[in-house]
Amino acid sequence: MRAIFLILGLSLVGVLASCRQDMHDQPKYKPQSGSSFFADGRSNRPVLAGTVARGRLQDDALLVTGKENGEFSKVFPFPVDAAVLERGRSRYGIFCAPCHDASGAGNGMIVQRGMKQPLSFHIDRLRDSPPGYFFDVMTNGFGVMYDYSDRIEIEDRWAITAYIRVLQKAQNAKFADVPADKKETLLQPPK
Amino acid sequence: MTQLFHKSFNTLSKASIVLGGLVAGLTVTTVLFANRTPYISLVDVSREQPVPFSHKHHVGGLGIDCRYCHTSVETSAQASLPSTKTCMTCHSSIWTNAAMLEPVRQSYMNDRSLEWLKVHDLPDFAYFNHSIHIKKGVGCQTCHGQVDQMPLMMRKNTLNMEWCLSCHREPEKFLRPREEVFNMNWKPSHEKPQAQLGAELVESYQVQKLTNCATCHR
Ligand code: HEC
Ligand code: HEC
Ligand code: HEC
Ligand code: HEC
Ligand code: HEC
Ligand code: HEC
Repeated sequence: MRAIFLILGLSLVGVLASCRQDMHDQPKYKPQSGSSFFADGRSNRPVLAGTVARGRLQDDALLVTGKENGEFSKVFPFPVDAAVLERGRSRYGIFCAPCHDASGAGNGMIVQRGMKQPLSFHIDRLRDSPPGYFFDVMTNGFGVMYDYSDRIEIEDRWAITAYIRVLQKAQNAKFADVPADKKETLLQPPK
Repeated sequence: MTQLFHKSFNTLSKASIVLGGLVAGLTVTTVLFANRTPYISLVDVSREQPVPFSHKHHVGGLGIDCRYCHTSVETSAQASLPSTKTCMTCHSSIWTNAAMLEPVRQSYMNDRSLEWLKVHDLPDFAYFNHSIHIKKGVGCQTCHGQVDQMPLMMRKNTLNMEWCLSCHREPEKFLRPREEVFNMNWKPSHEKPQAQLGAELVESYQVQKLTNCATCHR
């Protein structure tokens, strides 16, 4: 009789123990979780100075700094094709349009809500600025504008620069600039 | 020797078979039902955060793209929460005196992370990956609901295995074109209803039906 009670009692303990959530909340770190071990309370650890991740060796000075011989580069570090422009368009829409607006005039939603108004991309000075300048502003910030180097990949920053060039062209385009095969459609009355 | 059990125990034992079955059935039903109530699944429940961040204002009102803040959602398993610096790109210039934003400024000055509480939290034995869903045309809204209407973040789906599988078994019912993944208001058009569109997308994105246990339990 004793034995039966013992077995029953033990299995009850077993049943209750299985209510524990060990496998739900495993003692491991997931990205961005907190930590009581590190002094700054983060499980994400900063990269040690001088560490180079595989495939991330940044030995192309032009690509990484946007400068050549200490001056803003006048050329892009890689060929710009339609795919690059398309990428630039989408990244510009995500990261720049909230303030600089879709056309680059500097009237974005956040500016309308009180942010300092940036100059239009369509003033002469900025139309004459080399690509390296725009890359530099995104990488290091400019005045009250913070830098975006932690959120936009290097290649994407160049793609955005290329797209800003497109905007500058488009906002100052004359009818003569339209390719011959597209002129016809432009002349048609709007539907 | 007298009988151990009285005659009435015959009826009692028969009744106990029926009753036992009923009680067992009721327990199972209750557990299954309880698992689907907001109390357990936490659907429509918001949490007290260090800053009452409103997606309704920032996404619905200001039109900021999800990726401005959830930067890695296209490329990795985690969507990732924004760093304090991301908030400060705007809040260093606007609403600089708002008391509501004091924790954000403190966090930036002292280099301490804001401690956001998880609203969506799968058990650690289940594997989830955002990037594949984004690439194959599953909209944020399909899983997270009308985020642009939420003053405070809350779950809109249970995140039960049953829920994952309801889509993994027939993804064609939920897919949308890749360009529309971040659109909170996308609806299939009248000319091309979901049945037709879904079938086309399954074809062109080569979407598989992943129901193997090892897809999510690895
Ligand atoms: C949160 C608002 C905001 C966002 C987002 C933003 N900017 Fe700016 N930007 C500004 C402000 C404000 C200035 C003017 C800063 C000043 O004068 O102190 C500025 C200035 C600039 C300038 C310098 C213009 C000049 O006068 O020389 C460039 C170039 C620029 N931004 C490019 C970008 C690009 C590219 C992006 C997207 C990656 C971007 N900005 C995103 C607010 C923003
Ligand atoms: C201005 C920055 C910002 C933008 C833009 C933004 N979010 Fe968020 N999001 C946050 C912050 C901060 C949190 C954490 C606080 C919270 O849970 O409310 C969060 C939390 C979330 C969560 C819940 C995370 C959890 O704890 O489970 C989801 C889901 C989410 N966002 C989806 C979206 C979607 C979808 C969009 C685009 C429609 C979007 N967010 C746009 C900043 C942003
Ligand atoms: C297939 C369904 C699904 C889709 C589509 C989806 N999510 Fe999620 N999301 C989840 C699940 C499940 C979790 C919880 C993950 C966990 O706990 O490990 C989550 C968690 C999150 C989180 C918090 C944790 C993290 O990963 O950093 C954020 C932020 C988020 N989602 C944003 C987004 C955004 C933005 C989109 C659209 C681009 C999106 N989600 C699309 C299902 C989805
Ligand atoms: C792109 C610019 C931008 C970013 C980034 C941004 N905010 Fe805001 N935020 C605003 C604006 C503009 C308002 C004013 C709201 C309005 O006018 O509708 C605001 C308002 C607020 C408010 C006031 C209450 C409310 O919702 O109206 C809080 C709190 C807040 N933001 C928190 C945050 C946090 C936390 C982050 C970082 C995760 C953040 N914001 C990132 C632009 C931004
Ligand atoms: C609305 C539809 C939908 C929902 C809901 C959904 N998924 Fe998926 N999931 C997909 C699609 C579509 C794919 C891509 C299939 C393919 O590879 O062709 C996928 C792929 C995956 C993969 C494969 C990733 C890889 O690297 O192999 C995992 C893991 C996954 N989902 C986990 C989950 C989990 C866990 C949940 C529930 C929390 C969930 N999914 C909910 C549609 C969905
Ligand atoms: C699409 C992703 C997905 C697939 C495929 C999948 N599961 Fe799950 N499973 C989950 C998620 C997510 C949970 C956690 C649900 C919750 O929040 O309780 C879960 C929970 C479970 C649990 C419950 C564990 C507990 O303690 O609550 C078991 C058991 C399980 N899965 C077994 C299986 C088996 C067996 C298969 C294959 C037939 C399978 N799963 C296939 C996503 C999946």
